[in-house]
Amino acid sequence: MTAKPIVVLGVIGADVHAIGNQILEHALNDAGFKVVNIGVMASQKEFVNAAIETGADAIWVSSLYGHGEMDCRGLREKCQEAGIGDILIYVGGNLVIGKQDWENTKKLFLNMGYDRAYPPGTLPETAIKDLKEDLQKRGKSRWNWPS
Amino acid sequence: MELALLIDIGSTYTKVALFDLQGIRLTGRNQAYTTVERDVTIGLKKALSGLQGWEQARYKLACSSAAGGLKIIAIGLVPDLTAEAARRAALGAGGKVLKTYSYELTNRDMEDIKTLDSDIILLAGGTDGGNKDNIIHNARMLAGSNLDQPVIVAGNKSAAEEVGGILRKAGKETYLTENVMPELEELNIEPARELIRNIFLKKIIQAKGLDRVNELIDGVIMPTPAAVLKAAELLADGFAEEEGLGELMVIDVGGATTDVHSIASGKPSRPGVNWRGLEEPYSKRTVEGDLGMRYSAPSLYSAIGSDSFREQLEECGYSDISKDKYEAMINRLHQDVEYIPKNQEEQIIDNLLGRNAVRLAVARHVGLLKTIYTPMGASSLQEGKDLTGIKYVIGTGGIIVNNDDPGFILAGALYRNQKRPELLAPVEPDFMVDREYLLAAAGLLAEITPETSLRLMKKYLEKV
Ligand code: B12
Repeated sequence: MTAKPIVVLGVIGADVHAIGNQILEHALNDAGFKVVNIGVMASQKEFVNAAIETGADAIWVSSLYGHGEMDCRGLREKCQEAGIGDILIYVGGNLVIGKQDWENTKKLFLNMGYDRAYPPGTLPETAIKDLKEDLQKRGKSRWNWPS
Repeated sequence: MELALLIDIGSTYTKVALFDLQGIRLTGRNQAYTTVERDVTIGLKKALSGLQGWEQARYKLACSSAAGGLKIIAIGLVPDLTAEAARRAALGAGGKVLKTYSYELTNRDMEDIKTLDSDIILLAGGTDGGNKDNIIHNARMLAGSNLDQPVIVAGNKSAAEEVGGILRKAGKETYLTENVMPELEELNIEPARELIRNIFLKKIIQAKGLDRVNELIDGVIMPTPAAVLKAAELLADGFAEEEGLGELMVIDVGGATTDVHSIASGKPSRPGVNWRGLEEPYSKRTVEGDLGMRYSAPSLYSAIGSDSFREQLEECGYSDISKDKYEAMINRLHQDVEYIPKNQEEQIIDNLLGRNAVRLAVARHVGLLKTIYTPMGASSLQEGKDLTGIKYVIGTGGIIVNNDDPGFILAGALYRNQKRPELLAPVEPDFMVDREYLLAAAGLLAEITPETSLRLMKKYLEKV
C-alpha cells in the first residue's frame, strides 16, 4: 500500500450546503487523495481533531452561506495549539455575503492564516493542482499520482 | 431435571443461584461474603452450603467483579476520538476504566499509571494510515517503564508492528489487534473487547486467585459487567424463535458506582437532525464512579447539589429533616457501607439518593440535541445516543430491588425528570425490576443456552 496524502474536508459552522462537499470529495478521491470528509455543520474543533488522528496533510474548508469570516477565524490558531500548526489549510465557497471585491476577501482569509482562498465558482481541479504543488514544495513528492 | 449453578463473585457478596433449565425455574439462591483476599472458595463454599442440590448441576459457571474487577487503563490520541474509543472498548468488555489518557504520555502520567495498578493497558491512537508518532511515543514510554501488565495495541495499523516491536523488545507482554477507530469517527471495538476477555480468562483470573474456584465449579468465565451486558443484549434482541423486548436500558445502582447499559441504535428520532461525533456502540455501557449509594454517597450528594437535594426533600413532603441530619447520614453511608435505613426519614434520603444516581447516570449516558441558532434560524445537532424512544428501563441493585416503590427510583431516568431539556433521555418507557438478581446469571447462562436464559429473564423480571 503506497500512502496517499490525506485531506480533511468539511463545511464549517452551521452551514448545511452539502452538494459542493460531495463534489470535492469525488474530485479529490479521483486525483489520488485519501479524503476524510467530516461533512456539513462541522466545528473548528472537529476539523482539528480529525486532522490530528488521521495525520492529515491538508484541511479543506468550505463555507457557502455567507458567514465564512466569522466561522473560519481562529482555525489556524487552534491548529497551532494542537501541534499541527503548519498543516496546509485551504478555504473556498461563497465566503462572504453578496458580491464583494474578491481581492479584499482573499487578503482577509490569507491574513487569518489560510494558505489559499478560492472565489465562488472555482473548479476543484484548480485547487487540486495547487495542492499537489504545495505538497511537492514541502518535500512530499513521494506520491504517485494517477495519470 | 437439568440444573445450572450460576455464581456472581462480587466485591462484597458471592451470590449463588440454581436454575432448573427444563422447568425454566429458579430453584434456590443464597449468598455469603466474598473472601477473595484470603481464599475465594471459603465464601463460595459457605454460599453453596445453603443451596440444596447444587452438586448435581450440569453447568457450574461464575462471573466476577471481585478483587477490584477488571482494571483497565485506556490510552488514545484525541480525547473525543481514539481515547474515547479505547475507553468504550474497555467498558464494553466489562472493565473498570481507572483512567483515560490522551496525547503524549508524560513522565508524570507514567508515575500516575504505576500507582494505579491496572490489570491491562489498552493502547490506541491514530486512524489506520493516520497519526503514528503519538502511539509510537506512548509505546516508548511504556517500554521504558517497569510496568508488567499485558499491553493491548489497538491503534493505527500502519504503526502496529513498530509499536508491538518496541514493547516486545522491552519484554512487555504485548497483544496486537484491530484499531478501535480505523477511520475517523468509525468505532470498531469488538476485536479489542474479545481480546480483553481472552486475557481475562487466560491470565487475570489466575492472577487474582479466582481460579481456585475450579476445584468446585467449571470456572469463572467473564467479568460480571460483561455478563450483565450480555444479558441485556439477549433480552433486547431475542434469540431464534424467542422474541426479545426491543430497545432497552439496564441501570445498576451499586454502592460505589452506577452502571448504565443501553441496547439501542440511538439514531436521531426526528428528521433534519445532524448526527455528529464518534460512532455510538449499539450495546453501550457507561460507569459512573462518583455515583453510588454507600461508598460514593458523598460524591453523589455533591453531584446533586445541596440546594437541589433540599428542594427534592421538600417536594416529597420532608422539609422538616434538617440539613445536619441528612448530611450526617450521607457521611455515615460512606463509612458504613452495609447500613440499612432504620426509619422512614432515612428511607426517603436513601430513595432520593437512588433516584438521583439514576438521573445523573442516565444524563451522562444519553446523547444531547444541541440547537444552533444562526442568522437563518435554528438547526439541530445530535451528539451521542437518542434514547427518547426506549421501550423498557430495567433496574437492578439493592436500592431498586429491595424498594417498596422501585418506580420512584427508576423515574429518575425519565426525560421529564432530567433538569436539562436537551438530553435525549427515555420519554415513556415501562419499568422492570430484577427482583431475583438474575441478570448476571442470565448473562452466564446465555453462553450455554440463550433461549432458556431469555425465557428465564422474561419470567422473572417484574413489571413495575
Ligand atoms: C441548494 C442551495 C441551498 C439548499 C442546500 C441543500 C443542501 N443540503 O445542499 C438549501 C435550500 C438548504 C439552502 C439553504 C440556504 N441557503 Co442556499 N443555496 C443553494 C444553491 C441554490 C446551490 C448550492 C449548490 O449546491 N451549488 C452547487 C455546488 C456544486 O457548488 P458550491 O456549493 O458552490 O461548491 C463548489 C465551489 O464553491 C467550490 N468550493 C466549495 N467549497 C470549497 C472549498 C475549497 C477549499 C475549494 C478549493 C473549493 C470549494 O467547489 C465546489 C464544487 O464545485 C446556492 C446558489 C448557487 N447557485 O450556488 C444557494 C446559496 C449558497 N444559498 C444561500 C443562502 C443565503 C442560503 C440560506 C441562508 C437561505 C436562507 N435564508 O435560509 C440557507 C442557509 C442554510 C444553512 N444553514 O446553511 C446563498 C449564499 C449567499 C452568500 N454566501 O452570499 C446562495 C449563494 C444563494 C444566493 N445567491 O443568495 N441553500
